[in-house]
Amino acid sequence: MAAVAASAGWLLRLRAAGADGPWRRLCGAGLPRGFLQSASAYGAAAQRRQVAHFTFQPDPEPVEYGQTQKMNLFQAVTSALDNSLAKDPTAVIFGEDVAFGGVFRCTVGLRDKYGKDRVFNTPLCEQGIVGFGIGIAVTGATAIAEIQFADYIFPAFDQIVNEAAKYRYRSGDLFNCGSLTIRSPWGCVGHGALYHSQSPEAFFAHCPGIKVVVPRSPFQAKGLLLSCIEDKNPCIFFEPKILYRAAVEQVPVEPYNIPLSQAEVIREGSDVTLVAWGTQVHVIREVAAMAQEKLGVSCEVIDLRTILPWDVDTVCKSVIKTGRLLVSHEAPLTGGFASEISSTVQEECFLNLEAPISRVCGYDTPFPHIFEPFYIPDKWKCYDALRKMINY
Amino acid sequence: MAVAAAAARVWRPSRGLGRAGLPLLRLLGARGLARSHTHRWQQQRHFSSLDDKPQFPGASAEFIDKLEFIQPNVISGIPIYRVMDRQGQIINPSEDPHLPQEKVLKFYKSMTLLNTMDRILYESQRQGRISFYMTNYGEEGTHVGSAAALDDTDLVFGQYREAGVLMYRDYPLELFMAQCYGNVSDLGKGRQMPVHYGCRERHFVTISSPLATQIPQAVGAAYAAKRANANRVVICYFGEGAASEGDAHAGFNFAATLECPIIFFCRNNGYAISTPTSEQYRGDGIAARGPGYGILSIRVDGNDVFAVYNATKEARRRAVAENQPFLIEAMTYRIGHHSTSDDSSAYRSVDEVNYWDKQDHPISRLRHHLQSRGWWDDEQEKAWRKQSRKKVMEAFEQAERKLKPNPNLIFSDVYQEMPAQLRKQQESLARHLQTYGEHYPLDHFEKQVPPNTLRSQAVLEACSARLLHWAGSLVSPFSTLSYTVFSQGLGEGTSGTGHP
Repeated sequence: MAAVAASAGWLLRLRAAGADGPWRRLCGAGLPRGFLQSASAYGAAAQRRQVAHFTFQPDPEPVEYGQTQKMNLFQAVTSALDNSLAKDPTAVIFGEDVAFGGVFRCTVGLRDKYGKDRVFNTPLCEQGIVGFGIGIAVTGATAIAEIQFADYIFPAFDQIVNEAAKYRYRSGDLFNCGSLTIRSPWGCVGHGALYHSQSPEAFFAHCPGIKVVVPRSPFQAKGLLLSCIEDKNPCIFFEPKILYRAAVEQVPVEPYNIPLSQAEVIREGSDVTLVAWGTQVHVIREVAAMAQEKLGVSCEVIDLRTILPWDVDTVCKSVIKTGRLLVSHEAPLTGGFASEISSTVQEECFLNLEAPISRVCGYDTPFPHIFEPFYIPDKWKCYDALRKMINY
Repeated sequence: MAVAAAAARVWRPSRGLGRAGLPLLRLLGARGLARSHTHRWQQQRHFSSLDDKPQFPGASAEFIDKLEFIQPNVISGIPIYRVMDRQGQIINPSEDPHLPQEKVLKFYKSMTLLNTMDRILYESQRQGRISFYMTNYGEEGTHVGSAAALDDTDLVFGQYREAGVLMYRDYPLELFMAQCYGNVSDLGKGRQMPVHYGCRERHFVTISSPLATQIPQAVGAAYAAKRANANRVVICYFGEGAASEGDAHAGFNFAATLECPIIFFCRNNGYAISTPTSEQYRGDGIAARGPGYGILSIRVDGNDVFAVYNATKEARRRAVAENQPFLIEAMTYRIGHHSTSDDSSAYRSVDEVNYWDKQDHPISRLRHHLQSRGWWDDEQEKAWRKQSRKKVMEAFEQAERKLKPNPNLIFSDVYQEMPAQLRKQQESLARHLQTYGEHYPLDHFEKQVPPNTLRSQAVLEACSARLLHWAGSLVSPFSTLSYTVFSQGLGEGTSGTGHP
């Protein structure tokens, strides 16, 4: 019976797929009916893939920017790019596969709307993409480059660090590439493993001359991306890929700016300061709620938003108030950006600290595939570190 | 047809069909697809099972049933175009560019003035007056011949051995020296090693030390010029060594696929520091790579200033008219050492160097040509040598006497605006110098501004920076009307953004 039910289920799914029929035959799916039984038929050893390690909490609908629309994060990015190309006739978008809409759909519809000279594919070459983008920016036009995954940004490291970041300084301000923005999907996604999960912001934090920005939500993404595009310095904008679909909220249709180098206190508190950026903000938000409920501890939650130059004042002001700091990121612990925050805060707020600063980060390993649930700095690890800090 | 309709219904950009699913839909002529994709995909290839021709999207070629590897031709490579022989006589009169006397004299004077400046500045490094220098001996023809064939506003991306381009564009000796000395007159504000020149006015992008990084940048600039209908070409210089870098490959490929009006100018001078060309590449130089990218290419005698001129002139005309890249490989010889940090007798013979210095030098060949035309003689030569030396010495002595810039310039231009953390570091250095100043060479630097005036200076800087940037944006590297319009739009759009 189970076998019949299983194959009936398979049949239903096939019919629902409809005209995928010829396509499936072409791809050689051609498996006998009932071949793939339902996962539960294999017993307890077969597990469903994990649900996300966070819950996205939308911010309240913004009222000061006019009409809003429900958008997920990639749609918010598209909206920002649409606004930019409409406002700025020199702006162009380029990278691998951006013409058809992009592997994450961030550029859907833009080529049709603005033309093939403004939204175009490049050959598969990150050093070329960034170098090319620098050259466009040197002439004063706006260049919006996409690197398909942050994990692949490293071939462009020389162009970013040795060229883009130093262009204005080394020329005595005769030349600059301030109108360059590099966008790239960033962070863990549940199954990305070594090369589709990286958060390389720490490599770039060590590079004076560029700005590095990470949004936590669609509303933040659009405002921060627009600020990056309009900023007169080369910017890297990392987009948490796990939030592309998972994060949905009301986002203004018209353009608006969220300032760079300003952290945001998204929850006020008095006992502990929690700092994160991107996806991890939602993790520590939940930790704050857990701490309040289970420990009666009041947490102040800060979204750093800009990694470089970072908002030292907001973080220090908070730690002076609370006396305790926990910083969390997916990137590996050693040399991660939490080290920079920790070092600066202990310099500035030493006498205010009640406990050592805590860093809850990825392990010092490459990002593993099947072990992701164990690797990431989830809410339990953050909660545990917080508890130890309180009891110090 | 029902299948086609169903397929068209099913297809959405979000479905994971990816690229593999598209040929199917192309066959079925799905309208939604055709609208939103590139012209290449709209050229619907006609598939017929009766036709035995290759159908691969990746190459346009016939089948062959004989196993044969294509032999790279390095025995007799791409021929070298020249106009003058080694004695400066025009070989084929139809290739004579018939340039006016004044222009050809400018070629000669630019090359010789550069040569004189090189001698004096090389010597000044040996004497410890400047920290470093790179000469251009033997390659003056490549600089001047190509620069003369461009418009004044064509954007130049160089590597580091193209000072003759600036010389031809009348960059003053004072500014060459200022950059080498890093004195208060240096437009680069003393930040870079000598010979890292840059000039916005003369459309010469500031040199950077990493090799070949300028190549994809030049391509981007060319793309922007095309979009702006600027009728400008971008020229990108690099050596045969730098052409081995990945950035060179990237640049060539992007220029071809994105159809950019750019001239790639390779100075093949035989050496990359000590590495001879036999260890740099195994193919037929750099010119042979062009066709591999779909780029029109030529090899020229780099020591023949007219050959360089003709090739560059024609490449420029066509690059702008047809929006496609051109590759010129100028064969020459690096007579000098790589730099003042190099002694090339360690890896090559004096005889070899002497051959090029005495038998095939761009300056000598042009002088012979000028003399045979009656446009120059020994007396003028003597007078000009004296005059050029005097000019260089005057500029040199003045440059030596000037102070270095204020150390506050360590901290500006990292970003357009100075971030708070950097201002704190600037103040920290100022305080440090107040206490420990005696241990620093402050006497050679422009007077330090006291720390408590730094904040008001910051306010002034912020206001003037905004004004200067707006003004600066009106004089883009291309200086064409269309770009001014773009820049104005940019200025207006950013006046109210939320950053400090």
